Amino acid sequence: MDNPLIRLAGVNKWYSQFHVLRDIDLAVKPGERIVVCGPSGSGKSTMIRCINGLEAYEQGTITVAGERVAQDDDNIEKIRQRVGMVFQNFNLFPHLSILDNLTLGPIKLKRMPRAAAEARAMELLERVHIGQQALKFPNQLSGGQQQRVAIARALAMEPDVMLFDEPTSALDPEMVKEVLDVMIALAGTGMTMICVTHEMGFARAVADRVVFMADGSIAEIGAPDAFFSAPRTERARQFIQQVIH
Amino acid sequence: MGWLYQGLLVAALALLACVAVGNLHDNLAARGLKLGFDFLWQEAGFEIAFHLIPYTASDNYWRVFLIGITNTLLVTVLAILFSTILGFAVGIAQLSGNWAMSRAARIYVEIVRNLPQLLHILILYNVALRALPAPRAAISLGDAVYLSNRGILVPALTTDRPGLLALAVLVGLAAALALFRSLTGYAERSGRSVNAWLPALAVLLLVPALAIGLSGAGLGISVPRLKGFNFAGGWVLVPELSALVIAMAIYNAAFIGELVRASIQSVNKGQREASAAIGFGWWQTLRFIVIPQAVRVLLPPLSNQYLNILKGSSLAVAIGYPDLVGVFTGISINQTGRAIEIVAMTMAVYLAISLLIGALINLFNHMTRIVER
Repeated sequence: MDNPLIRLAGVNKWYSQFHVLRDIDLAVKPGERIVVCGPSGSGKSTMIRCINGLEAYEQGTITVAGERVAQDDDNIEKIRQRVGMVFQNFNLFPHLSILDNLTLGPIKLKRMPRAAAEARAMELLERVHIGQQALKFPNQLSGGQQQRVAIARALAMEPDVMLFDEPTSALDPEMVKEVLDVMIALAGTGMTMICVTHEMGFARAVADRVVFMADGSIAEIGAPDAFFSAPRTERARQFIQQVIH
Repeated sequence: MGWLYQGLLVAALALLACVAVGNLHDNLAARGLKLGFDFLWQEAGFEIAFHLIPYTASDNYWRVFLIGITNTLLVTVLAILFSTILGFAVGIAQLSGNWAMSRAARIYVEIVRNLPQLLHILILYNVALRALPAPRAAISLGDAVYLSNRGILVPALTTDRPGLLALAVLVGLAAALALFRSLTGYAERSGRSVNAWLPALAVLLLVPALAIGLSGAGLGISVPRLKGFNFAGGWVLVPELSALVIAMAIYNAAFIGELVRASIQSVNKGQREASAAIGFGWWQTLRFIVIPQAVRVLLPPLSNQYLNILKGSSLAVAIGYPDLVGVFTGISINQTGRAIEIVAMTMAVYLAISLLIGALINLFNHMTRIVER
């Protein structure tokens, strides 16, 4: 692994006394797809939120494309422009139309001409099958539609990597598939992805590696087939059993 | 059944109104008084220290009424303007990551809002402004602005065509605003970075200059100069007006600051995270994401605060600023005895201005609403 796009080395984080992340080491190559899973409270979300500096960490280093991520550094905003993020609760901007949700960043941060930003946004909305709704507002869409818009909004900034923080956990069951289909299609384009999710079908379909976390540390990393059919640790075995049911 | 109770309620209210009117009629008759507005055309016969429209003691009560309205409106508009600016600054400062700044804003709010508004006005008037030196010893700022116990004196623009100048300034302002908007719009459409401030400022100054130059109107600057015991020339901000506006701005800014803080905090944390994740900085997140959503929560209580400013301006009586209550409900009632007419007219004015403020805020609220399903 000569040129990782993202590298976490010896990362430790505490919430006062509680040790949330313990000695996390992980390197992600360009184009690699990583699925992070593990029991609730194991630090999965905290870990990916550290990658774009939404959470601070106390020890170790995180780098994105060679640049060190630190919350109070001046370049944190530049790094965040290169790291797209999709949240569990979509977090679309309710006062802006779907189109404006996508164009705000490119226009204000990348100084893209409005017409070009809108053309690009429409292209992305077509890609997530939501072009018809461009002039509606977020609250007029279903949860699945909102999450697809959130993915398109992150892609509008043309990031090098996409982080997904449990993107389907807040959705009604019948809407999970439409979002996963969009994510699988995105994986097909060669986008580097780190997804916190329990969707094993998705992990088997697209993941290069599955990272299993427990109690704040990475307990096991493996190829999806090997990990799901023959986990090496007892914790992973228990977890997989519970997810299957 | 519902209709029956509502009908009974309406009947009871109508009966109450009839009793009140009858009672008024009987009492007026017993004292030999009659209602009427003819007194408005009588000579008032008293001086008013500060007025925006021309007035002498030989003018009538209608004129006094108009001066009361303009003086009240002047204080209200200035106090709303300054308290809003200061209030936003205080509200945002309270949420600042800078420890010293947020503590300072917090202490400001806690001290200012816990003292009576009247006390603020009296302190500013008696301790700050009346304690300034007499005109002869006035504090001079660059020999152009003077602070004395007669008020704050600033250089004034004088012209023999004030109407033309006012119109040109308004046109210049509108043109500058239009130019600014079209330039920022162009910057957005083209993706090029354009400085919109300089051209707008140039237009703002050029339009009045051209209007004066082309029309051949006389234009001069009158700088306050000491003549005898007082100043001549320049604009005088009388101490009563200055004290009232500054004190009301300081007092109400503490409340507006709290409203701004609470409304900003009411915006979901996820919104700020999503904005940060796109790459927006602290100020851009506030400007593009948080404030547009906070405004919806802010407006209803803010309009309450504006109404409080309007009504609080009647505390002017305490320091002798001639507002509507002071000159009309005060002196005019004492001289004419027409309490019912004058109180009714005063109430109508406050009601009208209040409803106007409410209507403007509602309009703005409608424009910033969020589209739901």
